[in-house]
Amino acid sequence: MSFSASRQDDIAVIRSEGQLTVNNRQELKTLVAERLEQGDRRFVLDFGETGYIDSSGLGALVTIAKQVRERGGDLRLGGLNDDLRALFELTKLDTLFSISPSASEALAGF
Amino acid sequence: MTSLRLCVRRSSMTDETGPGARITLRLPSDVACIEEAVALLTYHCLGGGGDRDRMRFRLEVVLAEAIANAIVRGNRQDPGKSVQVAVRLRAPDIRIDVTDEGDGFDPATVPEPVTPQHILEERGRGIFLIRHLADQVVFNERGNSICAILLRR
Repeated sequence: MSFSASRQDDIAVIRSEGQLTVNNRQELKTLVAERLEQGDRRFVLDFGETGYIDSSGLGALVTIAKQVRERGGDLRLGGLNDDLRALFELTKLDTLFSISPSASEALAGF
Repeated sequence: MTSLRLCVRRSSMTDETGPGARITLRLPSDVACIEEAVALLTYHCLGGGGDRDRMRFRLEVVLAEAIANAIVRGNRQDPGKSVQVAVRLRAPDIRIDVTDEGDGFDPATVPEPVTPQHILEERGRGIFLIRHLADQVVFNERGNSICAILLRR
């Protein structure tokens, strides 16, 4: 299982382990879509245990963020390692997302 | 990680820059094998060191994106088609050639994904990442083979 969901107060915390790539991005999109259907609107994506995100994974995050915001929600990212931060900066996706050093800091940001 | 028994072939070579090596790998059009292919090829190029240096990061991203493009866009995940990866290791650089069996595409038509009109699109960042992390990128005329060169520095 690449992704697991938990809840902290009214915030859905999605934890990603391993890699987020073209191989499993649909799994993450489905998980967040199910949470949106269940009424969740505030999300933290915890990448503290994620070694790599490929361009398909980045694209999936863009689509997920759009879907959350269209429902009036918000999504924050935490725990990205230095390489992944560099990918977000290179693709300018750091301008689209609220990115915190850790998931706990992303949670505290709400 | 899915174990698909990918088989890397490695041979020695020498040119004007000194001794080097050639590495080849043929893999099926299955996105489940990309992670293993990248790990295998990176190991053969740079060894098993776990340190996250810049060269390792650039190599992993270029390999992952080029192979994913070949499988998904090129071969359209057709199980009857495969992807050929050839790597030339030399002291000054690493050259990566990834070739698929698709019809090819025109890389000039790929929009810049960082522009305001395209940044919210899901697709289109793979070639951008390769172009920004490799030192030289060339496509063949048909557009089904990409050559990326990374300078060791």
